[in-house]
Amino acid sequence: MSLLDILKTVSAVMGVLTVLSVVVLSLTLLERKFIGRIQMRRGPNRVGPFGILQPVADAVKLVAKEDILPSWVDRGVYWVSPLVVFVPTFMIWVTIPVARDLVIRNMEMGLFYIIAFSVLSIVGLVSAGWASANKYAVIGGFRAAAQLVSYEIPIILSVLAIAMLAQSLNLEKIVDAQASLPYIFIQPLGAFLFFCAGLAELGRTPFDIHPAESEVVGGPYVEYSGAHWSVFFLAEYINTFAIAALVTLLFLGGWLFPGLPGNVAVTGVLVFLIKTYMVVLVIFWFRGTYPRLRIDQLMTLGWKILVPLAFLNVVITAVALFYGFPAIILGLISISILIGTFWVISIRMRTAPKPVYTVRLYDPTLEVLDAR
Amino acid sequence: MINMGPQHPSTHGVFRMVMAVDGEVVVDVEPHIGYLHRGSEKLAENELYVQVVTLFDRLDYISNLNNEMVFCRTVEKLMDLAIPERAEYLRIILCELNRVASHLLFVGTFGLDTGAMTPVMYTFREREKIQTMFEMVTGARMMHNYIRIGGVKNDVPKDFHRRMQDLISELRQGIDEADRLLSFNEIFLARTKGIGTITAEKAINYGMSGPSLRASGVPMDIRKDEPYSLYDRFDFGIPIGENGDSWDRYYVRVEEMRQSLKIIEQAMEQISDGPTITSTRLVLRPPKGEVYVRGENPRGELGVYLVSDGTDKPYRVKVRPPSFCNLMALKELIKDTYIADSVVILGSLDIVLGEVDR
Repeated sequence: MSLLDILKTVSAVMGVLTVLSVVVLSLTLLERKFIGRIQMRRGPNRVGPFGILQPVADAVKLVAKEDILPSWVDRGVYWVSPLVVFVPTFMIWVTIPVARDLVIRNMEMGLFYIIAFSVLSIVGLVSAGWASANKYAVIGGFRAAAQLVSYEIPIILSVLAIAMLAQSLNLEKIVDAQASLPYIFIQPLGAFLFFCAGLAELGRTPFDIHPAESEVVGGPYVEYSGAHWSVFFLAEYINTFAIAALVTLLFLGGWLFPGLPGNVAVTGVLVFLIKTYMVVLVIFWFRGTYPRLRIDQLMTLGWKILVPLAFLNVVITAVALFYGFPAIILGLISISILIGTFWVISIRMRTAPKPVYTVRLYDPTLEVLDAR
Repeated sequence: MINMGPQHPSTHGVFRMVMAVDGEVVVDVEPHIGYLHRGSEKLAENELYVQVVTLFDRLDYISNLNNEMVFCRTVEKLMDLAIPERAEYLRIILCELNRVASHLLFVGTFGLDTGAMTPVMYTFREREKIQTMFEMVTGARMMHNYIRIGGVKNDVPKDFHRRMQDLISELRQGIDEADRLLSFNEIFLARTKGIGTITAEKAINYGMSGPSLRASGVPMDIRKDEPYSLYDRFDFGIPIGENGDSWDRYYVRVEEMRQSLKIIEQAMEQISDGPTITSTRLVLRPPKGEVYVRGENPRGELGVYLVSDGTDKPYRVKVRPPSFCNLMALKELIKDTYIADSVVILGSLDIVLGEVDR
């Protein structure tokens, strides 16, 4: 490799890092504004016009804060853990294309690489919890690990179905394969599974079980402060953006949009960003609406609903490909399974053994003497 | 072993639980109280009767008016003091409004306990309107000292009726909104239904009262059972639950807010002009004797046992706080649940530490 190549790669990596930082700043502001609107507040509006400088102020504040090192922590692991969380989330972006050929390195095994790397950051969470030597942090760390085993299989299987359809693990080729019809119409079940499991991977509401603020007070992050905490924070938001980008690339057609040229970088990036931010908004919307699941309920959801559905998804995709069914048939089968699942669940909930969701009104003038 | 509190976001004050856990399952829990002990009962022995009212404001600090009313009724009973009808109506209107405010706070924080962050914004918006109303009537947002021995401090402002009507309809909408958002959410049901169940018999044996007891299906409400003040003039129902689980304890309170609004509406129709306080002296000297009076607070039965030795200061004031008695069942409720559930169960009991520790 010549010097020029190395320089090129280094500058590309630095460029991606910068862009991602800006994206994270925009995401924090977007989240606070959006959830503020959901909650009938205005959100930040004091720093700069419409509060757009708020993230900058936050970042400066975080870096300026004292970085507290509790005396009982395991120093080496404690300092390394934020990086162990951050680096994999950043490494994913090496192979995520934002428009045709606008990527640091397009790999033939891109999807495999992403799945493999996204798992690694959990190690950082567990070690952060362990090194903090704090009981809340340990519980949080182990919750993160327990979560991992229940959502990772649905993610892999739903991605597998996509790879079978596109006959490739190369993200650019996957997007190209969606030129006529985005995969969300062919694989609605897969899209649902990927999005659900993706939310669990992010640890965002309703699956924010490891940092659960009202139970384990931030989980693995509880002992961190200042710049080290902000590295975790950065990683979380980059991850959010990565999952949204993957949903866009795998299911929503990436940078392709009917009527727009797919080869022009400017429109491609624009379309990609709009789609990704839409997905991000859905994630934020969930956060504003839902309570949190319990860890055993997440495991139940993962193993009893998501994993069987994901296997089913792979099987019907394989059958459809083998017999050469048209895409629309596969889409119909997929959506009917998805609706069927929800229908069965709703039936089961309606006919549950004792669904007493009512509170009676008691008028004691009638029978109070008997009742006591 | 996990120590939760006294500084923990969801122990609702300075409550401390020491939990023995097996993985995620809570095997045993030991509650520790006393971090907010201010010696209110002892302090009351050194204050004039009119001054003790301010101490009662600070017991259950989110339903101040209800506390004031119970203490004032205690002294009035001891002195055999009749109070003007208008004052009774004003007391009831404000107490029920305070009940709604207290339950709104509960609904919001219970949402937070289960991880939903939006309901609290909705309910606090509504509660803020009530606080503004209190500020207009009593001059203070929290420590009102508005209900006095022999009546209420002063008459309400001129536009009280009009603003009250607006407030009631706004509250109806606000309660419905929060209810729609949270009550029947699938995840919320999964987190609260069947969690922390207690039978009616056990609940009675633990001395629980108020919504926490009614959720187990026991129709006990002092406003109905031994109607004090003018509560026998109103038509209202007592919401009671079926299973005695966290969800029932939550929803009984939601329904109770609607019933309170119903009482307020009736009181606003019945209220007539007149004096609002009997002329009493600042230094009261109730006759020698002892008396126990209880009233239905948002959290349950607040009882005051008062011993007077004929001087201008009470000889002994004993408070029976509802939160403290409801807390007795905590160990029974939390045992063999998950860590995440323990937070929900504690939240569903709706304790106020100012009252537990006194």
